[in-house]
Amino acid sequence: MQLDNTDRRLLEIIQRQIPLSSRPFADIGVELGIGEGEVLERLRRLQEAKIIRRIGGFFDSRKLGYTGTLCALQVPRDRIEEVAAVINAYSEVSHNYLRTHEYNMWFTILAPSQSEVERVMEEIKARTGIDSVLSLPAERLFKIRVKFNVSEVPDAE
Amino acid sequence: MLSEFEKRVVREIQGDLPLESRPFAAMARRLGVTEGQLLDTVENFLERGLLRRFGAALRHQRVGYGGNALVAWVVPPDEIEPVGNAIAAYPDVTHCYQRATVPGWPYNLYSMVHRHSEAECRELVRRIGEALGIEQYILLFSTAELKRSSMQYFRD
Repeated sequence: MQLDNTDRRLLEIIQRQIPLSSRPFADIGVELGIGEGEVLERLRRLQEAKIIRRIGGFFDSRKLGYTGTLCALQVPRDRIEEVAAVINAYSEVSHNYLRTHEYNMWFTILAPSQSEVERVMEEIKARTGIDSVLSLPAERLFKIRVKFNVSEVPDAE
Repeated sequence: MLSEFEKRVVREIQGDLPLESRPFAAMARRLGVTEGQLLDTVENFLERGLLRRFGAALRHQRVGYGGNALVAWVVPPDEIEPVGNAIAAYPDVTHCYQRATVPGWPYNLYSMVHRHSEAECRELVRRIGEALGIEQYILLFSTAELKRSSMQYFRD
């Protein structure tokens, strides 16, 4: 999909903060010099093109009382699909990526208590029979800023 | 802790904001409150830091970020604070965490680096390592997204 300058500025604005107002898309339109209808139309297009993942609230999980860990598993190549299916079935797992390492499957577990995090971990070990597992809970957060600069990219893929 | 009403608001706003003229009015109706009451609650979540932001998340692969690496660093424990802050200051680093170590796995600092290609990631990480005097690190490139969903809090 071709992104024009207005799309890029729109993506910059909405990554930062949606106005907490009665007509947020009209307010964004004022900033961009376009109407509310055009803002909505562009957002629908960007959503259909799968450039926008979600528009909504992004929470600090710890402040909601949740706790979690980053896990890594050594999965044999021919078992990746099957093991991923076991892991991905847990609602406590929101991210799961294959990575270039002996520990090749990296996923997060997030739950309301430490005991639930451990239960998920133990169940995954038992169900997959894989016990080469790392569990690396965060001890300190230095940065979380999931905002991407879209201005220097010629075209979205 | 959060009140029952606040938990209902979390459940509502962790989904997708409807693309319509008055999206918060639509959410407020479902919650049985006024639009003003809902907006005040969201403001309050932001002030308390419960919400990091209310906005959009993009699929970074689709806006030209083809190189995405988890970098695991081994940092001397007494340097972790300045090194963590220095790595976090790079614009192409989106996440930076200190994590527990386990036997046989000495990495204690983790950062996500997003660039347009893997080569650019390698170059950036090499420069960061050089600038901070950190020699022991590994880059783990993501080759497939097996699951990526937004966390559903207070499901029951």
